[in-house]
Amino acid sequence: MTATREAAPQALTRDQSVLTRLRWTASDAAVVTGRNLRHFVRQPQLLLFSTVQPVMFVLLFAFVFDGAIDVPTDDYLQYLLPGIFVQSVAFRAGQTAVGLAEDLDRGVIDRFRTLPMARSAVLAGRTFADLIRNLSIVVLMAGVGLLIGFRFEAGPAMALAAILVVSVFGYALSWVFAYVGLRAKGAEAAQSAGFVVMFPLVFASSVFVPISSMPPWLATFAGASPITHAADAARALSLGTGPALAPTLLSLASTAAVLAVFVPLSVRAYRRAR
Amino acid sequence: MSHAVEVRDLRKAYGSTIALDGVDLDVPAGSVIGLLGPNGAGKTTLVRILTTLLRPDAGHARILGLDVATQAGQLRPLIGLAGQSASVDELLTARENLRMVGRLYHLSSRVAERRADALITRFELDEAADRPVKGFSGGMRRRLDLAASLVNEPPVLFLDEPTTGLDPRSRLTLWAAIEDLVEEGTTLLLTTQYLEEADHLADRIVVIDRGQVIAQGTGDALKERVGGQVVDVRVADLAAVEHARSVLSALTHEPPASEGAVLSLATDDGVATLVRAAQKLEAAEIEVTDLAVRRPSLDEVFLTLTAHDDEEPAR
Repeated sequence: MTATREAAPQALTRDQSVLTRLRWTASDAAVVTGRNLRHFVRQPQLLLFSTVQPVMFVLLFAFVFDGAIDVPTDDYLQYLLPGIFVQSVAFRAGQTAVGLAEDLDRGVIDRFRTLPMARSAVLAGRTFADLIRNLSIVVLMAGVGLLIGFRFEAGPAMALAAILVVSVFGYALSWVFAYVGLRAKGAEAAQSAGFVVMFPLVFASSVFVPISSMPPWLATFAGASPITHAADAARALSLGTGPALAPTLLSLASTAAVLAVFVPLSVRAYRRAR
Repeated sequence: MSHAVEVRDLRKAYGSTIALDGVDLDVPAGSVIGLLGPNGAGKTTLVRILTTLLRPDAGHARILGLDVATQAGQLRPLIGLAGQSASVDELLTARENLRMVGRLYHLSSRVAERRADALITRFELDEAADRPVKGFSGGMRRRLDLAASLVNEPPVLFLDEPTTGLDPRSRLTLWAAIEDLVEEGTTLLLTTQYLEEADHLADRIVVIDRGQVIAQGTGDALKERVGGQVVDVRVADLAAVEHARSVLSALTHEPPASEGAVLSLATDDGVATLVRAAQKLEAAEIEVTDLAVRRPSLDEVFLTLTAHDDEEPAR
């Protein structure tokens, strides 16, 4: 009895300290997120081009490939737009690598590491800021899509779900590129690495064309790609042409798998970085 | 506690490159140690280990009694780092940088704000406080960097080459700021490539080369070991160097060193040596294009110190 009585207050303090630590971790991550969001606004050129680029992709693909590609939907724009959401977060994910590599190069990460802040906050703040940016870019693209005739056939709630599925997938990709950024030698290397990896992966998926139109070996590869899963889920949720639950769960599962691999890898790389 | 920083047999290697080869160092609380050494001597590695950025391979280091490797979490609130190793955020303003650092030290936002404002005034950054750091001059940037390391008012401060690359005026401003800190009782370890800087700021200078402490003492003590001043004589005709050497060798203990057309005489009294050198050279009809007294260069300090160590191997 005495032993339990003595142990109880100790356990309580430890719980409190865990709570306090959690609170500070959240606070640190919020501070770093705020700092990274400020960065977006302070680089007007980057902000402009990173906004124009996805809009340009929407317009180019919608008008150039309209009629040239056989898709299950009536017009190509309906097929394309949910795919372009995914393409856009996939291409943007490279910015996570660039941002981290720049912070490393400039010694900002070193300052962070001398502070008594949570070790995880730098990565959490970086990826969370990128999530917010992804979300706003997808919303913007949806707006442009609506202007040129796209319709969310399954209604606004499903449209929101589509945007969230794509954003969460983009969040997982940010962790992939956090790893790339921490391991690459410099920001430029990180940027090219991102492009070289993402470009073929995005085209070898159902983002622009149905995988049924691909040669069998490529279709097999594309069918297993988390990018295809995300595009299929976004499409099912946006268009309502078929069951949406299965593709959504599949995409969330492959997103979770990407996170399960790359969060620990990135955290370890951060601990060891330079 | 008598020593704020206590380093014992610290070792660190990067692959086959040995950065620290058994360093011992004590920094008494409230004192200023200048860590002097050339590029690649191991200064930055030592600072990075002491500021918890790197783990040593062997040996140990304690700051305020806390082990840098195993008690890093407790130690971090008590130390500050500025200079080459740590940097401010280019895209944030000076004020935002300081507030962010304050928040990451877990100060409340009101306290972080007050601390930022006070530091901005103290380091004379008021006018630029709300502009992004990107447009700052080198001197302003270093002042902000120093300010950022002081947000939590750490009792122990590390400055890694705080003035490298600054123009002389900015250097003087920064020195004044550092002197103020020292007066307030901060324990300071600063690394530098400049003997003059170590001499100006530090109570004690520790000379480090190839990962080892090769000498330590006050600035005066070190300079005495080197010989106080150097007289440089540049002869007009390269062929006259040997003639000049024999004429001048009577003036100093050591025969003059030469590089190209310049002969260097180490001496305790630069002006007297210069006058006598001028007379002797004129008498010998050797034409001279330049004649100057200067402080020994860092190279000469090192050459002398390492040579000295070789003569007294038992130490």
